[in-house]
Amino acid sequence: MSAEQEGRTIRCLVAKVGLDGHDRGAHVIARAFRDAGFEVVYSGLHRAPDEIVQAAVQEDVDVLGISILSGAHNTLVPKVIEGLKEYGAFEDTLILVGGIVPDDDTAALKELGVAEVFGPGTPMSETIEFVRANVPDRA
Amino acid sequence: MAGERRESSADADLVAGILDGDQRSLARTITRIENRSPGYRDLVSALHEHTGHADVIGVTGAPGAGKSTLVDKLAAAYRDRGDTVGVVAVDPSSPYTGGSVLGDRIRMASNVGDMEVFFRSMSARGRLGGLSTATADAVKALDAFGKDVVLIETVGAGQNEVDVVRAADTVAVLVQPGSGDDVQTLKAGILEIGDVFVVNKADMDGAERTLAELEEMVHLRDRPTRGLDTAHHGAGAVGHADVDGNGDDADGNVAHGDEGNVAHGGDGGDDADTAEWTPPVLRTVGTTGEGVDELIAVFDAHAAHLRDSGELAQAERRRYAEEIRTLVRSDIGALAAAEIERRGGIEALADRVRRRETDPYTVADEVVAPIAACVDAAEE
Repeated sequence: MSAEQEGRTIRCLVAKVGLDGHDRGAHVIARAFRDAGFEVVYSGLHRAPDEIVQAAVQEDVDVLGISILSGAHNTLVPKVIEGLKEYGAFEDTLILVGGIVPDDDTAALKELGVAEVFGPGTPMSETIEFVRANVPDRA
Repeated sequence: MAGERRESSADADLVAGILDGDQRSLARTITRIENRSPGYRDLVSALHEHTGHADVIGVTGAPGAGKSTLVDKLAAAYRDRGDTVGVVAVDPSSPYTGGSVLGDRIRMASNVGDMEVFFRSMSARGRLGGLSTATADAVKALDAFGKDVVLIETVGAGQNEVDVVRAADTVAVLVQPGSGDDVQTLKAGILEIGDVFVVNKADMDGAERTLAELEEMVHLRDRPTRGLDTAHHGAGAVGHADVDGNGDDADGNVAHGDEGNVAHGGDGGDDADTAEWTPPVLRTVGTTGEGVDELIAVFDAHAAHLRDSGELAQAERRRYAEEIRTLVRSDIGALAAAEIERRGGIEALADRVRRRETDPYTVADEVVAPIAACVDAAEE
């Protein structure tokens, strides 16, 4: 294989933030993204917003998928977004939220810069298609 | 492609950003290196002159030997003494989809939130060898960024891990207790590349036995690489060992490689050339951090040994020679691939061979002819 072979691979961070310990969904997503040919960095459980920011910046991911089932999304997601802005990583990162989020909150999160919120029962193919269609175009 | 060189201002900004300590620039540069994006070569070229300051340490071993956990503790220990740390952790990619789950970051519990530790997960992306060319280039970026220490964590063991030698100055091989039979199989490959052997999870049953087995193997081993490097000193080295080796020398070499060897290397004269590094065997417990300080002391001693003995220069020469060869081979391969396309593609050519209209040698000659003609023309 040529060392010169050029190729873009979509990099994703699947992040569990806050105190909820339910990571089945995150695992399923990580696995599905892998099978879609993406490179998936998994954060592990119970991460603070700062840690997610550090990982997203250093790993230079195209997609940040935040899984929250605790209902604390209105507190945690804005902190992550602030941190990304601080490092100049907000503009070209596709931010997704997965979990149980009421409709009113969904609108507010999108206002903040979350591209899409995926609730329970979303077909995996839909999420993957969304990522492929919306992944930021980088130079 | 090489012909596509362009001095873009974005690249210049990235280089400036890296030298200025900007995390985002470093992260973006590594991505460009990984993707082989147009212009990445100029980026790496521009960084080269700023490299050479970091101690580069490779950590390898079987899957589950505790590499990630130990790397985490090493990074924390280096941070405690004020060093900045870069980590490149390579995980395998799926041969079917090219996708991967990069899980090493989960173990970096001791360093979360510490931006002075730059941790980057890389997928092997199906390249041959556990460490890809991209990894070596990423190490350069971390070095240029100003990291004092760069730790490379390989994918779980196999024959591939011999690659680590090419990118790292010091290689630590991790072994799990109770892997007695595995240790036997390690003999052929990994045992040849370790500068230090670590029995990790040393609180498990069987640690003492594994430790003893490794010690025995290290001292019996026939140093195949040494013979290649210093063939011209070969006889001399043996002579020295016999003559000087009777007294203090033997102790120094056998006991714990660090102290003995470094002191020996400092003796000067032709002794410096022949001072051998005997890989120490250490025990650690990654989860508690036990033995980590001792391990770092050995890394430091090995770095000093490399400098004092002149082996560092040799190793670097070898490394860059290999790098040049790889790049040239790959560039010429790309030229050949383009020529094959011009001639209708590899399948059309193969079909012609299959129909007995031509043969593989003739096709190869035809493909290479225009390239060879250019080389000949340039020589005149």
